[in-house]
Amino acid sequence: MNTEVSLRDEQSCSLIGKRQARVEDEALLRGLGRYADDLAVPPGTLHAAIVRSPHAHARLKRVAIEAALGLPGVRGVLTGEDVKRWASPFAVGVRQPMEHWCLAVDKVRYVGEPVAVVIAEDRYLAEDALDAVKVEYEILPALVDPEAAAGDRETLLHDAVGDNVVNDRHFRYGDPEAAFRTADRTLSLKVRYPRSSCTPIECYVVVGQYDAAEGGYDVMANFQGPFAIHSVMARALQVPGNRLRLRTPADSGGSFGIKQGVFPYVVTMALAARKVGAPVKWVEDRLEHLQGASSATNRVTTIDAAFDGEGQVSALCFDQLDDCGAYLRAPEPATTYRMHGNLTGAYAIPHLAVRNRIVMTNKTPSGLNRGFGGPQVYFALERLMQRIAIELDLDPLEVIRRNLVPADAFPYRCAAGALLDSGDYAHGIELGVEHGGLAELRARRDAACREGRLYGIGYCVAVEPSISNMGYITMAMTPEERRRAGPKNGAVSTATISVDPLGGVSVHVSSTPQGQGHRTVVAQVVAEVLGIAIEAIRVDVELDTGKDAWSIASGNYSSRFAGAVAGAVHKAALKVRTRLAAIAAAQWRVEQDDVRFAEGRVFTLDGAHSASFHRLAGATHWAPGTLPESEAGGLRETAFWTPAELTAPDDDERINSSLCYGFIFDYCGVEIDAVTGQVRIDRYVTLHDAGRMLNPQLVDGQVRGAFAQAVGAALYEEFRYGEDGSFASGTLADYLIPTSVEVPEPVILHMETPSPFTPLGAKGVGEGNNMSTPVCIANAVADALGEGVDPGAIELPLTPSKVRTLLGIDEPARPEGVGEEPADAAAGGGSKLTASDSVEIPASPRQVFDSILDPATLQAIIPGCHALELTGENTYRADVTVGVGMIRARFDARVELSELDPPHALRLSGAGSSGMGNADGAARIRLSEIEGGHTRLDYDYEVTIGGKIASVGGRMLSSASKMIIGQIFSRLSQRVSGGRVRQPLLQRLLGRFGKGGGKS
Amino acid sequence: MHVRGDERHRVTFRLNGRERSGRAEPRMQLCDFLRHELGATGTHVGCEHGVCGACTVLVDGRATRSCLMLAVQADGRSVETVESLAGDEEMNDLQRAFREHHALQCGFCTAGILMSCHEFLGRVPDPSEAQVRDMLSGHLCRCTGYTGIVRAVLEVARARQQANRRENDACSI
Repeated sequence: MNTEVSLRDEQSCSLIGKRQARVEDEALLRGLGRYADDLAVPPGTLHAAIVRSPHAHARLKRVAIEAALGLPGVRGVLTGEDVKRWASPFAVGVRQPMEHWCLAVDKVRYVGEPVAVVIAEDRYLAEDALDAVKVEYEILPALVDPEAAAGDRETLLHDAVGDNVVNDRHFRYGDPEAAFRTADRTLSLKVRYPRSSCTPIECYVVVGQYDAAEGGYDVMANFQGPFAIHSVMARALQVPGNRLRLRTPADSGGSFGIKQGVFPYVVTMALAARKVGAPVKWVEDRLEHLQGASSATNRVTTIDAAFDGEGQVSALCFDQLDDCGAYLRAPEPATTYRMHGNLTGAYAIPHLAVRNRIVMTNKTPSGLNRGFGGPQVYFALERLMQRIAIELDLDPLEVIRRNLVPADAFPYRCAAGALLDSGDYAHGIELGVEHGGLAELRARRDAACREGRLYGIGYCVAVEPSISNMGYITMAMTPEERRRAGPKNGAVSTATISVDPLGGVSVHVSSTPQGQGHRTVVAQVVAEVLGIAIEAIRVDVELDTGKDAWSIASGNYSSRFAGAVAGAVHKAALKVRTRLAAIAAAQWRVEQDDVRFAEGRVFTLDGAHSASFHRLAGATHWAPGTLPESEAGGLRETAFWTPAELTAPDDDERINSSLCYGFIFDYCGVEIDAVTGQVRIDRYVTLHDAGRMLNPQLVDGQVRGAFAQAVGAALYEEFRYGEDGSFASGTLADYLIPTSVEVPEPVILHMETPSPFTPLGAKGVGEGNNMSTPVCIANAVADALGEGVDPGAIELPLTPSKVRTLLGIDEPARPEGVGEEPADAAAGGGSKLTASDSVEIPASPRQVFDSILDPATLQAIIPGCHALELTGENTYRADVTVGVGMIRARFDARVELSELDPPHALRLSGAGSSGMGNADGAARIRLSEIEGGHTRLDYDYEVTIGGKIASVGGRMLSSASKMIIGQIFSRLSQRVSGGRVRQPLLQRLLGRFGKGGGKS
Repeated sequence: MHVRGDERHRVTFRLNGRERSGRAEPRMQLCDFLRHELGATGTHVGCEHGVCGACTVLVDGRATRSCLMLAVQADGRSVETVESLAGDEEMNDLQRAFREHHALQCGFCTAGILMSCHEFLGRVPDPSEAQVRDMLSGHLCRCTGYTGIVRAVLEVARARQQANRRENDACSI
């Protein structure tokens, strides 16, 4: 094998390996992309909106749809009852009696869980009708913390399982017990990895159709690949695979794994179409996406190391607790096992013990997310390596170096079974140190520290697995269970090339890209093999499971394109070339080996024979009679490729979980603002060995994109939940994605150690920085903070407030005149808001007091009050619509006036519930006479908000509640004084139509 | 325009230089009207609450979130979308620079970013990198890490400045 290592030399590259502008770009830049929501739908297509649970955990008592069915344009409502009649629960990857249906049937288990689907003539009408679906819940205690859930026997997510831990597996490789017993030193570190998502900018889109004649479903969705999940969907719909035709559009607005989570909605919308007898389209909105689409798995890891005085590690012990949310959605618990074979990272560590537990909590089900399992593993491992260095007073980079897999050991079999295909890790570190300017960075740190600034350097080495072995998912089963279930392994990829009668070349790959530029690379590969121009090739990446060649491993995940799919394309192109060479050789009576392909021509090297590519290829269509006997005519070749190295797990539980393992060496310098706690990345260096690069520009694009997402995961992004399971990151103003001012430009370095196992020597490169960067930044922050900080307290995202807490800085006093308190956690875990304000009213306190007690006034001053009905002395029942951000909810509320002290004070309180959650509040009102017989009205209020509304987050809730409550008193003032209301245009419009501007 | 909540109203404006007309309920967002009523699907919708910037269009020359504006509010005005940038034959310099610098991957946020950059370069012909990054911070891109976008905008600004100087030199001769 080739282990030559060098920084790239572009001159020596053929078409494969060249920087090549993308064939995708022009259509996208002209606004001519064909994304799922841009495509034509069949005439009569209806639109869906989903009723979702506002509660994290509740028993479903009743779903009443009659009122919704009576609303304009509503054509039907799909409920759990329909789903139970026509479908089955989704298959689960562990042997447990847990049921996950596409709509809730017995309980809801996370905020945002689909409960019913309203189907109407347009999207606005469907969303209007959501409020009219009345769902009765019996609220149950919610479990949010994975460790608490793992120990809880009272509150169970899935009663039939009898435990919230649904899978518990132990593994040992080598002799870890002896290694720990005899080690000079040991060290233990417990870390937590949070929930986040790479959040594509395009949300989910599904168009479902039902064919009553065939009993089959036809669904178009921006799903990211058919692979194993197609079988899960077909089984859930109770049809054979050929009765679920799944199509994907030409373009997809990003996925990063997240669009694997479309699959439950494929089933839902297929059933919705069946319910109403018409095609049904659903477009997810951002709030739905953030709260209910998918998430990376959060993990609690306790990692132990046995090592000697030089920092040489002999054994590791991982105890991993993975929180997969409310349901184990396929392919979970794959997050836990994707890295299993290479848990020892870039290190030669012979002894390993692992315990993996999967726990259910009241959160959105987890799923694929770029990096998948990698960030969680490296956060524990690389934080530990830094701790070992500190423990031994060694340079962290030196400890890393001493443990690397040596260059002469490749292909190297790791303790848990990964076969590291190629690399020279030590040399990679030398290159990174030299070309990334580590010496200068160290000098900057020293200078900063001399000045008393907080500056730190962090390191990380990682292997980046690509091309997953289908078999790794079965590691959640015991060897006996695997034997009973039958072996699973491999990673089949496929490509088809056709040449038309005019010589045009069409390529189809089932890789369902989401922006990576697969069409460009495929064109480069085919152009090189067939000796034709890139422009002569058209690459089709739309997928139709009813027509196209695909296999269960097809799709876009585990960075499988460069190694596997491009390899299959290469194989298919070689098949076409071999056939054409045979035709040319027969015509010209030369040896097949002498036939060459270049610049659109087919020729012999001696110059005696030459024909254009299109003429020779055209003969297979126009003149099959002239072809040699071995030729059947036509020109279309499909290649399948599967690597021999991806075998099923063995009885010793070793698994080569991926085919290729790239190498990453990262380091960075960060400075912490001692006042604000903000982390600034001073320089970030990332070196990649992804084998042979097929298009360096696209490789750098992948590195930069992954890096930016990792900066988000390290410093900003987190799906936060209240103690009651309410979701607190429901808008992009709460879930903070880094923008152009937060993402620095990383220094990107490459080396190329081709993989001996892939046809083109390429490895995946799409996910590396998602794995390496979060922990690298965390190590730098830990370095900057110094030894006063508990290592286990370094948790992502390292937001300014978290870093300030680590620094031990007290919050400065609020500036004078600032009265508003931020939202804090209420007793029930929802958002609690308090504030006070005052308003002057040109009337006497008595007039004001009496007005408040007048029901007509009360109804007029409560914003969005449709009806107010007296239910007792000073108690009312009110029907009120409240809009906060994107959410608009209709509350059934009780309003009460109490603690009456005319005309000085009273208390106005209310409590209400809606499909979007509940709110509870009270305002204490004080009236005092001021100059001119006018009244000064002072009020303090306290509001507690729970359920889905709380998901818009404290910032928006705080300002919205301030505005709504302010409106009550300004309206009162206007009503008492007879003043005219003058509002901005938009508010006037919205007020007149009683609608929120956005969709819920 | 007088609007009623329960009716669909005729909304007419200049879209990319041509008068276009369609019907909209008063509550219909401009982005939905552009995409589903007028068929201008180049403008994309990413968050519907004004943060991601994907739906940015120019209204009377100003960069505007089309998810935060109602279609009826655009009546009688001028709206430009990504479809306006290229000529029949060739993409404009900004679009070409985006391709050259790999400033897009999935392309979903790109239409809005192009429109903001287009407006920005009209206002700030010679921007610093910090100014470009500040302008771009109104957009979320999940694929590129922004580097290619920043480079493309700076290069276009530089090239236009040079072309202007050449033109001025030619005039003064």
